[in-house]
Amino acid sequence: MSKSPEDEHPLRALGWAAKDNSGVLSPFNFSRRDIGADDVGIKILYCGVCHSDLHSIKNDWGDALYPIVPGHEIVGKVTKVGTNVEKFKVGDHVGVGVIVGSCGNCETCKQDLENYCPQKILTYNTVDHDVTKTYGGYSDTVVVNKNFVLRFPDNMPLDAGAPLLCAGITVYSPMKYYGMTEPGKHLGVVGLGGLGHVAVKLGKAFGLKVTVISTSLSKEKEAVERLGADSFLVSRDPEKMKAAMGTMDYIIDTVSAVHLLGPLLGLLKMHGKLITVGLPNVPLELSIFPLVMGRKLIGGSAFGGIKETQEMLDFCAKHNVTADIELIKMEDINTAMERLVKADVRYRFVIDIGNSFA
Amino acid sequence: MSKSAEEEHRRKAFGWAARDSTGVLSPFNFSRRAMEDGDVLFKVLYCGICHTDLHSLKNEWGNTVYPIVPGHEIVGIVTEVGQKVEKVKVGDKVGVGCLVGACHSCDNCTNDLENYCPKTVFTYNAKNYDGTVTYGGYSDIMVANERYIVRIPENIPLDGGAPLLCAGITVYSPMKYFDLNKPGMHLGVVGLGGLGHVAVKFAKAYGLKVTVISTSPNKEKEAIEHLGADSFIVSRDQAQIKAALGTMDGIIDTVSAVHPILPLIGLLKSHGKLIMVGAPDRPLELPVFPLLMGRKIVAGSCIGGMKETQEMIDFAGKHGITADIEVISMDYVNTALDRLAKADVRYRFVIDVGNTLTNAESVTGRL
Repeated sequence: MSKSPEDEHPLRALGWAAKDNSGVLSPFNFSRRDIGADDVGIKILYCGVCHSDLHSIKNDWGDALYPIVPGHEIVGKVTKVGTNVEKFKVGDHVGVGVIVGSCGNCETCKQDLENYCPQKILTYNTVDHDVTKTYGGYSDTVVVNKNFVLRFPDNMPLDAGAPLLCAGITVYSPMKYYGMTEPGKHLGVVGLGGLGHVAVKLGKAFGLKVTVISTSLSKEKEAVERLGADSFLVSRDPEKMKAAMGTMDYIIDTVSAVHLLGPLLGLLKMHGKLITVGLPNVPLELSIFPLVMGRKLIGGSAFGGIKETQEMLDFCAKHNVTADIELIKMEDINTAMERLVKADVRYRFVIDIGNSFA
Repeated sequence: MSKSAEEEHRRKAFGWAARDSTGVLSPFNFSRRAMEDGDVLFKVLYCGICHTDLHSLKNEWGNTVYPIVPGHEIVGIVTEVGQKVEKVKVGDKVGVGCLVGACHSCDNCTNDLENYCPKTVFTYNAKNYDGTVTYGGYSDIMVANERYIVRIPENIPLDGGAPLLCAGITVYSPMKYFDLNKPGMHLGVVGLGGLGHVAVKFAKAYGLKVTVISTSPNKEKEAIEHLGADSFIVSRDQAQIKAALGTMDGIIDTVSAVHPILPLIGLLKSHGKLIMVGAPDRPLELPVFPLLMGRKIVAGSCIGGMKETQEMIDFAGKHGITADIEVISMDYVNTALDRLAKADVRYRFVIDVGNTLTNAESVTGRL
C-alpha cells in the first residue's frame, strides 16, 4: 500500500500544491528523501513562476499527477551535502532547474544532453527512480542529486537569477546549438514574456541586432528603451511585416498560443532558422514551399543539459543578464497565476520562498 | 511589338511545347540566342522528364507562361563554344539542369548558391535578363553560359545521367548541407520515385543505412533487391512505424502530395532532421511538441548551386550511379506525362531527343 506524501520520505517538507485541474494552489505537507551520499540538501530561497507551472497544474498537457507542487526555477542555500559531494559545501548558493535526474548511460546523457534523455526525471510531476513522485520548488526545501545542482554565480542576484534556470536556458541552448550567436547578425524574438525578454537580453549580449515581434504595440517602448531591442515589429501590421521580409538570420519563437508560422518564415533571410521554444497544444500550419525555396528550417528546443545550464549562468553573470521580475509571497500565488494567464507581468513572477515559509 | 518565339533570337530551334493548361505538348518552332563569348551550344541528345515539368505544363503553380517548352535534365554534345569558354570544348558531353542564369553578385551567388539567388533564371518558363522567356530541353539545341554547363563524366551514360541534373542534385545538396552523409548514419527516404530512388543510391554510396518509407508495399522487393535499401516501411502501417520510432538520423521527404509529417518526425532520433524536397501545394500540419522534446528540425531544400551540381555528378561518376530510366521517343511524351501523373514509371522517363525529335513534325505542328 503506497504511503501518503507526508510519510513516503523521512524529511518533512512544506509546499503549495494544486490538487486538481482548477489549478488552485494551497498549503501541502509532504516529505523529501534523506540526503544520500550523492545528494545536496537545499533550503529554498526563491522560485520563479514558469508558464509550464500553469500548464501543468491545469493539466493542459494531460499528464498531471495530482497533487502537483510546481516550480523549476529554484535558488537556495546548501544545508547539507552527501559524502560523495565535492563541488558544493554548506552555505553555497545553488540553483535547480527543470531536471533532477537522467539515466546517465545513453548517448544523449554522455553528450551532456540530459534534457533529451528518454528517462529524464523532471523536477516536478514525474515518477522518480524510487517510484515516488517529484515535487518542485514552491516549497521550503529540496534534495537533489549533485549532478543536477547548479553553482549560482557570486555576483548574480538570487531573485532575478532564478528564472534563468528555465527561461534562460530555454533560449540560450538553441541560440548556441543552432549557431544564432554571430555578432552583427539579426535575431527576431517572437513574444515578449518570460522567455522573450531574456532572449532579447542574451541576443544583445551576443552582439546581435534584435527585433522584437509582438502582437502588442504597447510593449514597444519598454522593449527598445529598457530591454535594449534595436527595433519592434507589430505582427498584426501587414505593411510593417512586409517591409521586414527577408531581413532576419534567425528567429526565436517563444509563443505558446496558436499562431501563424508563414509570416515568421517570410521574415527570415534565405537559409534562415526559426526555432520554436513555446508549446502550442495543437499542431500549427506549415507551408512547405517557402521552406524549400529559401532552404529555411524550423527547429525545436527544450531547456538544456546541466553543463550548458551552468555555462549559461556564468555567461549571464559575466554580461549582467538577469530576468525582470515581480517578487511575490507564496500566499499570493493564485492571484499571480491568474495574472500570468493574461500575460500581466513584466516579465516573471518570482516567489520569495525564504520569507514566505516560517 | 514583341517578336514571335521564332524571331526573337538568331538561331532557329525546334522543340515541343504546351500552349495551354491542358499541358498537351506538340511541335513548336522557336529560337535560341546568338552565341555570347561565355556561351556553350550543344546538340541535345536526351532530356529527363521531371515531375516539375508536369506541374508547370498544367499551370498548377499559377505561374506558367505559354507556350512552354519544359525540360531541365538536359544532356548532349557540345557543337560550339564562345571565345572565352574554358570549361568545355566541342565534342564534350555536357548537361544543363534547372538554372541558366543568376545575378552573380549577391551573397548566395558568391557562395556558389545560384539556386538561392533572388534573381535566378530557371531553364524554362522564366524571364531571361533580356526579357525573353527561357525554353527548356524538350528541344534540339541548347545555349547556356558556361557557368551553367555541367561536364558529364566519361563513364556516365548520357541517358541514365540526365535525371541527375535535377533529381540528383535535389537530394545530394541537402544530404551534404544537413550533414546526412556520414557512414553509419541511418537515413529514411520518403517516396520512391525519381528523387527517392536516386536518394537511396547516393545514400548507399555514402555508406549509410537506408530505409525507404512508402505508401506502396509492392515497391519493397525492388527497393531492397534492386536499389540496395536496407529496409522498407509502409507508411500507413502503424505497427511498422512504431517499431522504427526514434531510429533515423535524417529523412529526405520527396513526396509532393499532402501527407502527415507527425509519423516522420517520430521516426527521427533526437536532433534528427526531416528535409522536405517535394513541395506540397497546401500547408501541412506541424506538430510542435515532438519537435521541441527531441530538438528536431523540419527544413526545405531546393536543387543546388552549379559548383555542387558538378561535384554531385562527379560523385555519381566515381560510384557508377545513374538513374533508373525508361527511354521514350518524343512523340510518346504526352502518354509519358499521363503515366507520370499516376507514378507509373520506374523511375524517370528520359526522352531520346537526339534520335526522335525530328524537324519533319514542324510542318504539321506549326500553329
